[in-house]
Amino acid sequence: MAVARPPMSRRKQLEALALYPLDWLEERSGLVGAVRYFLFRKVPGDINWFQTLGSATLTAFLVQAITGVILAMYYKPDPNSAYESIKHITNDVTLGWLVRGMHRWGASLFIILMFFHMARVFLFGAYKYPRELNWIIGVLLLVLGMLEGFTGYLLPWDQTAYWATVVGINLNGTGPIIGPFLASVLRGGAEIGPDTLARFYSIHMLIIPGAIFALIGLHLYLVIRLGVTSPPWSKTAAGAAWIEDEEEDTGARKGLVRPAPREGAAK
Amino acid sequence: MQEPSGHKPESSGQTVWPIGVAIGISCVLAGLIISWWVVAIGGGIALVFGFLWLSDLAGHPIARRPAGPPAPAAPGPPAAARHYEAPATTRTGFLSLATLGLGGVIGALVSIPPVFLALIPPFLKQNKKPVDIGPLSQFPVGQWVITNFLLVPSEGPVSKRTAYIRNNGFLGSQPSFTIISNRCAHLGCPVQPLGLVQPTQAKTISTSAGESVTTTPVIAVSGFSCPCHGGAYDTEGNRTAGPPVRGLDRYEFSIKNGHLILGRNYSVASVTGSGANAKINKYDLTGPGQHVDGWEQIFYPIQPPH
Repeated sequence: MAVARPPMSRRKQLEALALYPLDWLEERSGLVGAVRYFLFRKVPGDINWFQTLGSATLTAFLVQAITGVILAMYYKPDPNSAYESIKHITNDVTLGWLVRGMHRWGASLFIILMFFHMARVFLFGAYKYPRELNWIIGVLLLVLGMLEGFTGYLLPWDQTAYWATVVGINLNGTGPIIGPFLASVLRGGAEIGPDTLARFYSIHMLIIPGAIFALIGLHLYLVIRLGVTSPPWSKTAAGAAWIEDEEEDTGARKGLVRPAPREGAAK
Repeated sequence: MQEPSGHKPESSGQTVWPIGVAIGISCVLAGLIISWWVVAIGGGIALVFGFLWLSDLAGHPIARRPAGPPAPAAPGPPAAARHYEAPATTRTGFLSLATLGLGGVIGALVSIPPVFLALIPPFLKQNKKPVDIGPLSQFPVGQWVITNFLLVPSEGPVSKRTAYIRNNGFLGSQPSFTIISNRCAHLGCPVQPLGLVQPTQAKTISTSAGESVTTTPVIAVSGFSCPCHGGAYDTEGNRTAGPPVRGLDRYEFSIKNGHLILGRNYSVASVTGSGANAKINKYDLTGPGQHVDGWEQIFYPIQPPH
């Protein structure tokens, strides 16, 4: 026996219908709430465009990941066909020139944006307590990004690529004690050969991107957990209120670094 | 802390079994280089001591610890109190430890082979063999010849190498050749001869092994230089300017059935004299940019196999 419900307006009915998939997902996973929390979390009121550099870097990385995955469908990591496959991608495959260009120029953009983002964090003092760990993760990401540049540079397998990699590997070889062994591991042997290219390809598209994805996850987790920093010239001192409520918090926390306000914080 | 009845508290002090395990593992690693029976012996040692160590940790020492004095009765806290005992005695603790332990063992079992595959093969099976670069008549006395050949023909063009060869005539009854590798001693770019290359006189021959070797004479060679960072060398390969840390590498050679055979490379600190009378300060092959002499050589004590 059905319980009598108040009649829904047409508009309400459509709304319920449209939201049904989201409700279904939310009830079973809580994912909708998580995304809402991420997108609509509180940030200081006086942040500015400089604080978008991190998102820009993330976007650049995602562009690299997507274009790289597609390029991998056409690229052949073998000394006898690598250069030919690059020419094929650039000249024959529909829009191949565009996707390869995005990957090639996007690589530089990714590195440049990482440096701009790092400069913003440094100049705003956003690396200070309690965000030191996120700075350290960022440094690891910078190193991994540059390793991507080093390993990706070999893949076109032209003269520039080959000799730049010879020089790069031999530079590693000059490191004290372990340098010569590091160079052998990078080459996959005593001499550059077929294994070197496949090895660099694997490092470039599997090992390092995997590590970067994992570290970006940690990086974002800490951004969400610790909140966004106010600019150093901020007058409103966003987030300072709830800190002042806690008597034991003194020193660094009251300085330049001001965590975001939290739910229920005094205005 | 309640000890189960019938058990004496563990005697204090360090156990020596881990040292045995370490020795066993060292044996295994050394065996990988020396021979398989050393690996087996090392593995046996590691297993036996590992078992003893584990049984010790579990609180059931099978063998007496050598030279372990009995624990003093009174001083210090009771030895057993220093252990974290709850997991050893509760079901939850046992299951936690078992999960961690089994997980660790499984993790190690599946991750060691791939890590081995990534890191060890670069140091094994270097397939460099002597290269036949053709009859001696290709190399007139006193003439520099650019020689291109494949180091490992099956690998194709990626193994193309270049040597600059000069026939110095005879030293006594022995033929003498100066064979300089084109690998710059700075960071490995290809050095070029400073002279007039004669491309119209280039010859490509097929040697007995079916390899193709190209020889191109160069006249009026005054030395070698590197296009990458400006390293400069004289005709004996001595560094004269720029960033290189030593002279150019050379090839050992032999002569078989009237053919010149290139052997292993070696590194050179410097050369005094020239041609057949050159005195070469010869060292084992070392990577570019690495010092073979002077105090800086302490940075490069061991070279990987090549």
